[in-house]
Amino acid sequence: MKKYKIKLDRRNFLKGSSMLGISSIAPGIFFQELAHGRDLDEPASSKIRWGMIIDTNQCTEECDACVTACNEEHGIEDFGRSTTDTQYIRKLKLTDDSSGKTFNIPMMCQHCENPPCVDVCPTGASFIRADGIVLVNQHTCIGCRYCMMACPYKARSFVHENLENQVPHTPRGKGCVESCNLCVHKVDNGENTTACAEACIKDGHKAILFGDLNDPESEISKKLNKYKTTEVRSDLGLNTAVRYIGI
Amino acid sequence: MKDKTEYIIVEFSKTILIYGIIALSFIGLGFFSFITLEHEGHWLTGMNNQVVWGVPHVFAIFLIIAASGILNVASISSVFNIKIYKPLGRLSALLAICLLTGGLIVLVADLGRPERLVVAMTTFNFKSIFAWNIFLYSGFMLVIALYLWMMFEARYNKFVGKVGTFAFAWRIILTTGTGSIFAFLVAKEAYNGALLAPLFIALSLLIGTAIFYKTLYWMDKGLGITLGSEIIERFRKLLIYFIFAVFYLTILSHLTNLYVTKNHGYEFFLLFSGNIYTFLFWVCQIFIGTILPLLILYNKKLSKSHLGILLASILVILGGFFMLYIIIISGQAFPLDLFPDYSESSSFNDGVTATYTPSIYEFMLGFGGVGISAAIYLFAIMVLDFTPRSLDNKATTIKE
Repeated sequence: MKKYKIKLDRRNFLKGSSMLGISSIAPGIFFQELAHGRDLDEPASSKIRWGMIIDTNQCTEECDACVTACNEEHGIEDFGRSTTDTQYIRKLKLTDDSSGKTFNIPMMCQHCENPPCVDVCPTGASFIRADGIVLVNQHTCIGCRYCMMACPYKARSFVHENLENQVPHTPRGKGCVESCNLCVHKVDNGENTTACAEACIKDGHKAILFGDLNDPESEISKKLNKYKTTEVRSDLGLNTAVRYIGI
Repeated sequence: MKDKTEYIIVEFSKTILIYGIIALSFIGLGFFSFITLEHEGHWLTGMNNQVVWGVPHVFAIFLIIAASGILNVASISSVFNIKIYKPLGRLSALLAICLLTGGLIVLVADLGRPERLVVAMTTFNFKSIFAWNIFLYSGFMLVIALYLWMMFEARYNKFVGKVGTFAFAWRIILTTGTGSIFAFLVAKEAYNGALLAPLFIALSLLIGTAIFYKTLYWMDKGLGITLGSEIIERFRKLLIYFIFAVFYLTILSHLTNLYVTKNHGYEFFLLFSGNIYTFLFWVCQIFIGTILPLLILYNKKLSKSHLGILLASILVILGGFFMLYIIIISGQAFPLDLFPDYSESSSFNDGVTATYTPSIYEFMLGFGGVGISAAIYLFAIMVLDFTPRSLDNKATTIKE
């Protein structure tokens, strides 16, 4: 019987242990890469720009699945006061002034590249992440509402009442301003979707497509290249991350 | 040059007591409103997600720009060296501090999270005009304090001119900053114009002068500080100049908007559509705040009377308040045009004029600020010699 002799010198030891190290870490990196999840202490990457394409041809008047899903996801209560209740996302009915044709679209924070809300915020509580998501830091918002004055899309709400039973992933509180956060908790978990987009798919409309606008291989980028899309109030030059097809 | 005016420390009297109680009652109401809104939330006000700034902001901005304008009287004496105003210099600076404090407290009390004021004072985004205004307002306080020091200390009277010029420049920048809060809102058709800053400066001079005159009238009747016909005539002229300045800039800003086709919608909404803002503009701002005071100020009999100028001042104050109400509220109530070629409707009041009915809490908060201004004034004149012993023709002409 042939005997195998292990030659355990320093070079072989280092070679072997580094191979072992790589083979144990590599799958982790690989799966991590697949899931796109981030560690909590890892900053958002500017290589990514999260965005949405909304196909108005697929959106119907009677469906409000996106609104319901958003409210459930973020624990938004209905106090029965339509002028002060929070709405991250709302359904908008558009009627063409010349032809009378109607369109239905969901409207929410457009996650501008040059957001006016961020410009006017005195404390810097309104900010844009490296990956393009516009957020409100609920710890430094003083509730001055200047951002609401500045937003061209009326996408922000002020919390007018006492809140209870908030969901842990969406910190909210009376006296602060809030808006659609592109389900940033899902993005950071690596789910790479939003509650509204999921609900729209589930309801069979597939009007909302979420993805990385910077990745040429992503479905959203391919769609962006294939169809003519519209930026709401493009005259303001804000370069929004939410684009519409069909209007 | 040394100030030879004789000043007095006002003694406690029945008048002071009555006005002190009124001021403290206003503060009490304001505090009650503040605590209630803090506890229950802003749904108790008329403000909502469309009209996010309401009556408290009208009060706050009114008091802040009045503070800037009221310092004009001190500026005329120290910067432009018109000596008849010299005895009013200390009072002018004191009133500026009182009004600014009242206005800022209303602004802070209406924040969603007023306890985070320390965040606003320590964390700045210098791209925001709001952050700049924090420096402009607190700096204004310091500059006026320095100005007062120079006026009070006989040894430093020679520096009054220089510090006064600095304060004059500072307050022009301050009011520009306040006007720019609105001028920098790109998406709102009602704002977004460079003319707002000069309009705010002219308005500040007008309401500042009117409030000053109202104070002088009160001093005459309540404290026995005789007001001579020369001072009355000067204030009459100042009011006329500033009414015309505000009127001219108002016409100019509307004509500028009417020249730009995309702004026709808002101009029609405000000037001709017959809503509450149309009424406030034509009746309250133009008739009550502009035409009536001018008629009084040019009337042979009324223009010579103490009471006539007081009436004109009160009308100007009301007109200025409504003017700010129109600028601040109507600009928000007018629907945003997200899709210019489409008509819009939604559950979030898109495409329709936003409703806004101010609640009693908002007025309580606003009058709380007025109470704070009055209380500081009453306290200050009882502890320091701000008040000239007399303002009759003899006292004011000697220095000419």
